[in-house]
Amino acid sequence: MSGPIIRVEGIGKKYRLGSTISYDTLRDHITGSFRSLCHIISGNKKSKRGREFLENQTLTDNCEFWALKDISLTVDQGEVIGILGRNGAGKSTLLKILSQITEPTEGEIRIKGRVASLLEVGTGFHPELTGRENIFLNGAILGMTRSEIKKKFDEIVDFAKLEKFIDTPVKRYSSGMYVRLAFSVAAHLEPEILLVDEVLSVGDVEFQKKCSGKMNDVAKEGKTVLYVSHNMGSIAQLCSKAILLDYGKMVRFDAAQEVINQYIKNTGTLAKTGAIKITDRMYTTRGKKIKFSQVTMRDSRGNVCNNFLYKEDFSVEIDFDIYDNFERGVIGIGIRTLNGSLVTIAHNQDNNNGNIEDIARGSYKIKANFNNILRPGIYSLNIKAYEHIINGETIDVSDLIQFEIANSPKEGELMPVKMRSGLVEFEVDWSLEELAASFSYI
Amino acid sequence: MSVTISDSYTISDFIPERIIRPRRGLIGIDFKELWIYRELFWFLAWRDILVLYKQTAIGIAWAVFQPVVTMVVFTLIFGNLAKLPSNNASYAVMTFAALLPWQFFSNAITKSSNSLISSQNLITKVYFPRIILPASATISGAVDFMISFVVLIGIMVWCKAPFRLSMFLLPLFFLFAFFAAFGAGLWLGALNVKYRDVNYVVTFLVRLGMYISPVGFISSVIPQRWRFVYSLNPMVGVIDGFRWCILGEQFKPYWPGFWASFTMVLMILVTGICFFRSTEKNFADVI
Repeated sequence: MSGPIIRVEGIGKKYRLGSTISYDTLRDHITGSFRSLCHIISGNKKSKRGREFLENQTLTDNCEFWALKDISLTVDQGEVIGILGRNGAGKSTLLKILSQITEPTEGEIRIKGRVASLLEVGTGFHPELTGRENIFLNGAILGMTRSEIKKKFDEIVDFAKLEKFIDTPVKRYSSGMYVRLAFSVAAHLEPEILLVDEVLSVGDVEFQKKCSGKMNDVAKEGKTVLYVSHNMGSIAQLCSKAILLDYGKMVRFDAAQEVINQYIKNTGTLAKTGAIKITDRMYTTRGKKIKFSQVTMRDSRGNVCNNFLYKEDFSVEIDFDIYDNFERGVIGIGIRTLNGSLVTIAHNQDNNNGNIEDIARGSYKIKANFNNILRPGIYSLNIKAYEHIINGETIDVSDLIQFEIANSPKEGELMPVKMRSGLVEFEVDWSLEELAASFSYI
Repeated sequence: MSVTISDSYTISDFIPERIIRPRRGLIGIDFKELWIYRELFWFLAWRDILVLYKQTAIGIAWAVFQPVVTMVVFTLIFGNLAKLPSNNASYAVMTFAALLPWQFFSNAITKSSNSLISSQNLITKVYFPRIILPASATISGAVDFMISFVVLIGIMVWCKAPFRLSMFLLPLFFLFAFFAAFGAGLWLGALNVKYRDVNYVVTFLVRLGMYISPVGFISSVIPQRWRFVYSLNPMVGVIDGFRWCILGEQFKPYWPGFWASFTMVLMILVTGICFFRSTEKNFADVI
């Protein structure tokens, strides 16, 4: 007799938007309480300040939202399950609850077995420590015992290909080496249940192959894997079943391909204009806050739209407010296909030869002009923000705007564009040269 | 996998089930879980010590320089200028005997109140008992304490102060100081997650505490009728205990006050644990 390895019953997670933002400091809290006290003592219900405060209070009370609601599911041992959904659908919250990082507001989960979460590789790496020291530290943080790490040490170093640099402080590592070491430690965990959040999107191509190979091995060993990703290709390849989340609710839990199809169908109906306001959402990286108030796409004549002609250049504007100084701050714009493959990602500091400056507190508008080499099709826009430092974390806002490159040839175009396949159109300089006859025509 | 499992059984049959559900009310310490994570506790303390001595160019020298200079200044001001009593002991040794636990306490409280904030990326990414963070931050100050202790022995030899058997009781009073710092660290660390200005409070407390606690003078200069109230400061009991062990009978603690300090430490510790445990479930959300 063996029951399911994970049983989730009616899980919900409620966040309060206002409380963390409005009372950031003890001073604010004290002055806030003091003001309401004065208000009660004076009994002057019409006083402007008091009324304002009360209004704010009710606002805070109403600003609760359920990141997850009524999630129930069972997972059997050995299943590899993909979790799909747009940004903010609750995917990461679900993994965080399963890994006990945060507590659910309601419901119950029963888990049999050791859970390891790879929510981000390199957690707890310290730049001053050497590769060797970091392997032990990171291993312990991820739940390995010292003897386990000792036993696997050579394997870990070998997998990361860092024999020569193992006694060098990781602050001197290149970012590729850093990621390789971090993933290697994580890959040698032996939990019964593995929670993965898009770690496969790191490193060079060769290393990525190695990693998805490792994921495959883990799955074949009969381990249970829950895998959050935007890359539908890898979900289709790795997972047997998938969960689709939308606004905190579980929309579907079915065979992976079925769920992927529904996800593509659903996203097709969202964000169909060229501008999107995301006013209420505050994103944080290492405790620093950023708010993207508006993202706009414009065509070559400056009109807001999300329908561009083939080879017509377009621009993307991002209005954002930064609340804390972003050390070596970078804003990125990514373009993905509908099935999740990344076409390109451009960073606002790409042209600065690596001299990345801080972005100070303030409001900004960033503008990026794209020379359009996309082939006709439907694409989605996502933005990123991060600090270009070791241990920096990336804020990723996906599937913001869906835009189409129309299938109509420009004037003077010879080939009907719809005949062509592929994603991008390079400017190719062709030449055709007739060679001296090197074979006979018989 | 090396273990072969027959078809009718799976791993999940051999592993006890874990239940995750919202917790309410008072929550004590889960000692079984802490035991499982004991290695992480030592690893984090080891990391703090390693990083501290790698980053500071003068490293150990700083751990010696700081208390010695403070001792010299206190001896000059309180001993030579203010001519406060020292119960016939060397003023330098008497001050240093108090600086030893005080430096440990102030470092530990500063570090542990920052321990959660500085490990943000751990808290939002991995699960482990959060109480390990302030605990390992507190214990990592033990290395500085040991260095200072060696300096104390040097000073005692220099001042020709006698060594007493009662010095073997010092570990007990060190534990006393440890729990005082740990209890306060739990409170301040958990508050710091939500209110970042707790840092200023800690800096202020530590600076003020050095003068409120009997570091530069002996606690018997406090008028008898205020001594009990004065001893509600937990560090009074700790410092009196240290002086008693190092300097002998004429520094015998004022016992009612000593037990008041002891009770305060217990109270801070127990309430600290309860407060920490009941707020830790939200750390990952608000940090």
